[in-house]
Amino acid sequence: MTNEVLTGAEAIVRSLELLGVTDVFGLPGGAILPTYDPLMDSKKLRHILVRHEQGAGHAAEGYASASGRVGVCIATSGPGATNLVTAIADAYMDSVPLLAITGQVGSHLIGTDAFQEADIVGITMPITKHSFLVTRPEDIPEAIAAAYLIASTGRPGPVLVDVTKDAQQNKAEFIWPPKVDLPGYKPVTKPHGKQIQAAAQLIADSKRPIFYVGGGVIRSGAAKELLKLAELVGAPVTTTLMARGAFPDSHPQHLGMPGMHGTVPAVMGLQRADLLITLGARFDDRVTGVAKSFAPDAKVIHVDIDPAEIGKIRFADVPIVGDAKEVITELTAELTTALKGKKPDMAEWWRFISGLLERYPLGYTPHEDGKLDPQRVIQRIGELSGPEAIFAAGVGQHQMWSAQFIKYERPNSWLNSGGAGTMGYSVPAAMGAKVAQPERLVWAIDGDGCFQMTNQELATCTINNIPIKVAIINNSSLGMVRQWQTLFYDKRYSNTDLNTGTDTIMVPDFVKLAEAYGCLAIRVEKEEEIDAAIKLAIETNDRPVVIDFIVGRDAMVWPMVAAGVSNDQVQYAKDSAPIWDGEE
Amino acid sequence: MSKHVLSLLVEDKPGLLTRVAGLFARRGFNIESLAVGISEIEGLSRITVVVSVDGLPLEQVTKQLNKLINVIKIVELEPDSVQRDHMLIKVKTDAATRSQVLEAVTLFRARVIDVVSDALIIEITGDTAKCAAFIKILEPFGIKEMVQSGVLAMGRGSKSITEKVAK
Repeated sequence: MTNEVLTGAEAIVRSLELLGVTDVFGLPGGAILPTYDPLMDSKKLRHILVRHEQGAGHAAEGYASASGRVGVCIATSGPGATNLVTAIADAYMDSVPLLAITGQVGSHLIGTDAFQEADIVGITMPITKHSFLVTRPEDIPEAIAAAYLIASTGRPGPVLVDVTKDAQQNKAEFIWPPKVDLPGYKPVTKPHGKQIQAAAQLIADSKRPIFYVGGGVIRSGAAKELLKLAELVGAPVTTTLMARGAFPDSHPQHLGMPGMHGTVPAVMGLQRADLLITLGARFDDRVTGVAKSFAPDAKVIHVDIDPAEIGKIRFADVPIVGDAKEVITELTAELTTALKGKKPDMAEWWRFISGLLERYPLGYTPHEDGKLDPQRVIQRIGELSGPEAIFAAGVGQHQMWSAQFIKYERPNSWLNSGGAGTMGYSVPAAMGAKVAQPERLVWAIDGDGCFQMTNQELATCTINNIPIKVAIINNSSLGMVRQWQTLFYDKRYSNTDLNTGTDTIMVPDFVKLAEAYGCLAIRVEKEEEIDAAIKLAIETNDRPVVIDFIVGRDAMVWPMVAAGVSNDQVQYAKDSAPIWDGEE
Repeated sequence: MSKHVLSLLVEDKPGLLTRVAGLFARRGFNIESLAVGISEIEGLSRITVVVSVDGLPLEQVTKQLNKLINVIKIVELEPDSVQRDHMLIKVKTDAATRSQVLEAVTLFRARVIDVVSDALIIEITGDTAKCAAFIKILEPFGIKEMVQSGVLAMGRGSKSITEKVAK
């Protein structure tokens, strides 16, 4: 049997179809035009035309983070490709499986500074897991298949395939499956038996163990396994910003999020522990504070699929390279044997933790400025939407409040830009999540600053019937920066005023803007209107909904560990440091 | 500051050198010398990198290099491994100095590969210390030009880093 002869463009579309891709986000242009032609005829691929390539990138990220599948985005050469860069960097930092396909100028024009030429492979080298430049049509199936494999296995991440225009136009035999030969790529997923034994022994011997759970547990799909292990050990659990939802918030062992804006029990639990059971976390500076003073008395079990994360920041007494799901499963089995039916005695440890939980619960002080309390708005969105919904946040105060005040009960329900801290993530990410999981209620919880970076994707949402809900937590300023100016720059508010509040010139008026995009737009200024607006948003599914919540600008995110200090100096609220020792 | 010699077995793919060199720069490591060339296996190249490490653990950079898809294997060579520099040196000579220069060439087991009335091009191979000593001897005569390869290095004994590399 002879193989079918396809153009490179057709080969791109066919390869994606055969890999099981069903949705792609993109925007055409000269160098990718050949591919958009067969894309039009594809019955299996839904292409969603975005308004900016960054939106395509974040949508693919949201798609991937909500569903665990590879997110795919397409752009043309030059500026089209460079507009993807932020999303690619974001996916790299947060280990999101992302496949980016870009058009490139004709191979004979490469290096001539041709129209819309950019060396996107070179530009993205530090922020991709790998990349390919394809100049011949016969190499396309292998490059796409290899990119898909690399993006979705091991530690997931973004992979870029740059295809020259002539490679898309020329024809070649289409051979599937292609031979994918990657001799240098062998991710280790199965842990070493001896290390599992050593970890089990450390846990059995510890007096004050604590789970430090990171985003790796979500990417690995190991939430169920984690629950089993955590209940077997009986130790307190903390979930990082990237891991919110990996362990149910309603679980009595859960102390919440650690780090700069973590709960006092989570921060201090880690500081006073004698053992960190670290699962798919990477000792990020936002979690550790000054790394030298982080969890000073603790031994460390460090589980990660990426060997380079182990020992990078903190020495691991028991390093375990492997997939979180496999490691947790094996560790649970080993520990069950090691404990012989008795639980480690943690009564004293829990007494300390319970004291913290009692004295320093997560909360906020309502403001009397006549504006809404942002924490309350976000809390009500969470409560009225329930744990089956998906929440995608932008970056800043509203992101932290969303991580704190929404109760997550399942993995993949919380999407955000953790590592890169990309403002503008939420609207396109929510759009991508809604495409991946159309049956779920999807919220973009955004700030007035973030929203103005990517809100044009509301057009994409309206036109393609992707009814997301957007809650703008509108404090008329770059709130987190303003908070730092309040605390550390003597209240000198340099360039943080955005003039979007109701007592300003209101440029833009978010309600009018949202209406112009065909959304149902609601402004909420009074506390008693909050619930009705959220309910109306939840019930409205014939178009996207935007709610402009006018909140006070002096609300701050607490607790807080200031930059450059030890986590021991966590502040519960402004000028209120917890008292640690003694029973007072 | 300690010096380490890394030997990398890599796939011969476009952009590979940029990926490797970029990674060193990005992670704050200073490359002292770099040599790239084919290996005995078709499609695979060998890179020899000499890197100075100050404070930062070398382990982190080797782990990051291992993550590059086209890097197949990395070995840190023992200090007693065979390490050779290769240099070409153009030295000013005249009738009076030529014989002294030639004497130095003989002593160092270097070779003259080009002769004109007022200069010689000399080729020398050896470890870094030997090459440095040779340069010191030649300096008084006047070195007009000098080029040097990166260090080439190989572990002693019969083992090879390409063993176990399925191909």
